[in-house]
Amino acid sequence: MLPTNESADDAPADNLPADKAPPEHVSTSSDSSPRAPSPNGRANAAEDSAPTSPPEAPTDPAMDPKLNIQDLHFWYGDNHALQGIHMDIQPNKVTALIGPSGCGKSTLLRCLNRMNELIEGTTMEGTVLVDGQDIYASNTDPVMVRRRVGMVFQKPNPFPKTIYKNVTWGAEINGYDGDLDALVERSLRQAALWSEVKDRLHTSALDLSGGQQQRLCIARTLAVEPDVVLMDEPASALDPIATSKVEETITELKQDYTIVIVTHNMQQASRISDETAFLYMGRLVEMNPTDQLFTRPEKDRTEAYVTGRFG
Amino acid sequence: MSAPSSPPTTDEATRPARSANDLRKQVYNSPKERAIKYLLGACALVSVLTTLGIAAVLIVESIPFFQSVSFAEFFGETRWTPQFTEKYFGIWALLSGTLLVTVISAVVALPVGLASAIFISEYASTWVRKVLKPGLELLAGVPTVVYGYFALTFVTPLLQTLIPGLGVYNALSGGIVVGIMIIPMVASLSEDALRAVPDSLGGAAYALGATKYEAVVRVKVPAAFGGIMASFILAVSRAIGETMIVTLAAGATPKMTLDPRESIQAMTAFIVQVSKGDTPQGTIEYQSIFAVGLVLFLITLAMNVLANRITRRYQEQY
Repeated sequence: MLPTNESADDAPADNLPADKAPPEHVSTSSDSSPRAPSPNGRANAAEDSAPTSPPEAPTDPAMDPKLNIQDLHFWYGDNHALQGIHMDIQPNKVTALIGPSGCGKSTLLRCLNRMNELIEGTTMEGTVLVDGQDIYASNTDPVMVRRRVGMVFQKPNPFPKTIYKNVTWGAEINGYDGDLDALVERSLRQAALWSEVKDRLHTSALDLSGGQQQRLCIARTLAVEPDVVLMDEPASALDPIATSKVEETITELKQDYTIVIVTHNMQQASRISDETAFLYMGRLVEMNPTDQLFTRPEKDRTEAYVTGRFG
Repeated sequence: MSAPSSPPTTDEATRPARSANDLRKQVYNSPKERAIKYLLGACALVSVLTTLGIAAVLIVESIPFFQSVSFAEFFGETRWTPQFTEKYFGIWALLSGTLLVTVISAVVALPVGLASAIFISEYASTWVRKVLKPGLELLAGVPTVVYGYFALTFVTPLLQTLIPGLGVYNALSGGIVVGIMIIPMVASLSEDALRAVPDSLGGAAYALGATKYEAVVRVKVPAAFGGIMASFILAVSRAIGETMIVTLAAGATPKMTLDPRESIQAMTAFIVQVSKGDTPQGTIEYQSIFAVGLVLFLITLAMNVLANRITRRYQEQY
């Protein structure tokens, strides 16, 4: 969301208590401060006097979680895919969800912005709080949730439109009335795609390579100015070079966004994430700082999985 | 196909002989295989040859007509009076009737058909879809003569209560009912096009905070644009060729007009009138139906080619 995100600038997130966003941020998201938080997400949360749950142990206890998941259950028909997940996701961190196929990690991810509701025949129970607000409350609009919690999919899925239109699409339907050119440049820079496409913004997005398409999808998501970006195996359809580009992008984005990423690739999880949650058969087995989870897992099953003995 | 090719065997003695035998046996190119290929090809050829045959007949039969009526008159004259003593052969009088009916039907069918397609593919629940889709296809199966009576005995009286002084035969009634007739075609083909749009595009739109309407109108419909346009063109081309409804409901008065309240005569209706009447063969009046048929054929052919091109051009989009 920010023009000030060049890598030198992570100071505000950690040190400044002031919740003063530069004016241009405010102007782009008119609807109140909780929505304009990213670099100062922490400061914000601290001021908004802690919502429900007390900070959980695994990370910095001074932080309020960006996302708080309580006793989440999910069913596909009769298939009980998530069986009581509790989880806190910290702001401005990359949280990786790992686990064998079918463990529920993608389902969990899609519960975080109510994308699962679009699938017929599913049921959900439990609570998901974003900055203390219940996204499943009866008076919460799923469309508003998704504007705040964006998502990047497994397979690059740019619209069959120009690069420029892809980036502006979400912002336009959300009533963005600022400078579209600036928005496009900012979003594409954040997604580390600007230099590659700046001379062909008005050509079809489908002419880009897979890795470029995926970074365009990231840019498109960022252009809506969410707080949280969910990524469902964003690099699994890409070759190694494109993958490393996307990973670099993700690492830079955490200054401004809270990122939750599903991945099958444990090296990827260990490279880019700050915290890792291991899911198995619809349950959260262990969630810890990434280096700890990979080197000193608490649970035997986690160890078996991360060392490749099963999965 | 590869039935007799060597099954794995451990028997050293028999193997060489058997495989040599198998390799020479003509299976792939056997007479039966060839016969099937030619049979299937012949069936496929029937429709192509028929089309070519029709084109040839139309061209050959209309040559005598164009020997007595110049192209200048055919395309420049506005009266069509083959039955009168003073004969005029201006195709515009018939063509305008056809176009009038076609435009009215398009105004009815394109929006309603597209809206139905959007509803069925995006909004309807599974069981509503299961009822609605066959319902639409049933509508497509109604014989056009029934539509013709529907136009004449139901729609026209209804319109007469709304528009005072409307005649029994008018372009409006025929056009509306032709439109109703082609709704299923637009709806069904457009729905196929919408369904061919990958779900991932809808997912992307929703994840960006789109409402359903925004996802449909601003992502899915544009993505399916080629297919939707093709459905429009095919349906319109069907409307141009429609015969029974316009014969029954739109009148038999060739007239160059754009007033939908008037009685007109469509090209198809004229062909029916002459070929079912007592017009003797060999007269210019009789020959004229081939010229009219040729024009009709060329128009629908052009529309179909256009539809094909549009579909192909937009197919690569996703």
